[in-house]
Amino acid sequence: MKYLHNIGVYFLMIKDMFRKPTKWSVMRTLILKDIDDLIINSLGIVAFISFFVGGVVAIQTSLNISNPLIPKYLVGFATRQSIILEFAPTFISIIMAGKVGSFITSSIGTMRVTEQIDALEVMGINSLNYLVFPKFIALSLYPFIISIAMFLGVLGGLAACVYGGYGTLEDYIEGIQTDFIPFHIIYAFIKTLVFAFLLATIPSFYGYYMKGGALEVGKASTTSFVWTSVVIILANYFLTSLLLG
Amino acid sequence: MIEVKNLHKSFGEAHILKGISTTFEKGKTNLIIGQSGSGKTVFLKCLLGLFEYEKGTIAYEGRVMSDLTPNEKRDLRAQIGMVFQGSALFDSMTIAENVMFPLRMFTKQSKREMEDRVDFVLKRVNLPNAHSKMPSEASGGMQKRVAIARAIVNNPKYLFCDEPNSGLDPKTAIVIDNLIQEITDEYQITTVINSHDMNSVMEIGEKIIFLKDGLKAWEGSKDNIFKTDNEVVTNFVYSSNLFKKVRKMYIEENK
Repeated sequence: MKYLHNIGVYFLMIKDMFRKPTKWSVMRTLILKDIDDLIINSLGIVAFISFFVGGVVAIQTSLNISNPLIPKYLVGFATRQSIILEFAPTFISIIMAGKVGSFITSSIGTMRVTEQIDALEVMGINSLNYLVFPKFIALSLYPFIISIAMFLGVLGGLAACVYGGYGTLEDYIEGIQTDFIPFHIIYAFIKTLVFAFLLATIPSFYGYYMKGGALEVGKASTTSFVWTSVVIILANYFLTSLLLG
Repeated sequence: MIEVKNLHKSFGEAHILKGISTTFEKGKTNLIIGQSGSGKTVFLKCLLGLFEYEKGTIAYEGRVMSDLTPNEKRDLRAQIGMVFQGSALFDSMTIAENVMFPLRMFTKQSKREMEDRVDFVLKRVNLPNAHSKMPSEASGGMQKRVAIARAIVNNPKYLFCDEPNSGLDPKTAIVIDNLIQEITDEYQITTVINSHDMNSVMEIGEKIIFLKDGLKAWEGSKDNIFKTDNEVVTNFVYSSNLFKKVRKMYIEENK
């Protein structure tokens, strides 16, 4: 019953997020601040992880090809497919659920604990629109992060393959061009946009509706990470079945 | 003036407010006092519209809150200033930005006009040079004064304060009490203060409402509180020896 209640409250929160919009001059500042906090500040960690995971995928693929009949360009092909279809959109989103999600939950949760949300409500401001809507807009730029993750993942695979002696540059380039299906990119970006919505709203829900003190802010951040990850994985399964199945 | 009639509020099985009726008068400091758990904060949050209540009415200048349209409620809230127990200043903004916030949200003033108004209210609360500080860099007393500045910056008709003295030393507490009293007199606003600090009661309690177990147990002024024989009130007010002595002196002086 509690889960059903929470799901209902979550959807009401999304509806309320669009009501009574905040003055545009204030909203613009909030959106720019959230773009900086959520998007720009995540670029470093996403770039680092993508580059090295791309490299590891290439090395693992190369090491597991023992049959001489399998062409060498498969390393590039497998790296591209893994990065574009799953690693960049899904696993970067799980990492972002930890980084951005906990940030959102703890910042909104702290505002709840210190009565800052009550202060907004007393002033007649729709606190959901003020707090959650800018995050939702900022995270609509999330596909930009995922594009960088895709590019650096494939580049990391190339660097590991060529400089690690696991294959030639020509084979790798041939691999990443083989059987390229443009719809896979569209599929990845559709997933990314859905995950961006989940990343903005689920952590906000856990921060906004938390009760208690500082300890509960920590607990809410952990719970928010767990549920954001679970919903991302489930959404990934259903979207893959729908779009590629 | 704020009129409250037969206000009831429950949380599940717990009946917190059990039919409170009272009025809060314009230009006066109205104090709600009572022990922890007596329903003071719930009462204040009902007055502010943060909690919905099951029964009764709250009317601001004759306008019943539950009958107002969302736009009318928004207009009403723009006339309310609130000082929270923990100040509730926005962490990510400087003190000047905190004070300017209601002006940015609800007025069409130019930046210059807003800055002038912020300068004026910060001077009014004796913080003329605190503009660029962050709330975390300010002491408890300074944070309370910033909260008061933010509450009055948009010329509210109603000022609500939830335990404005909590966590402050006695000297700073008196400064905050006097400031609230001066602002109430100066701007002729309706001030409602939630407190369990007896010093505040003696200093600024022009009208006092005593709550016990969700009911109004007593109502009067700071002068009446010395004379009352209401056992519930005397047990609370004169629980310390200091106030017992003060009462004795007061009665002897006024014989």
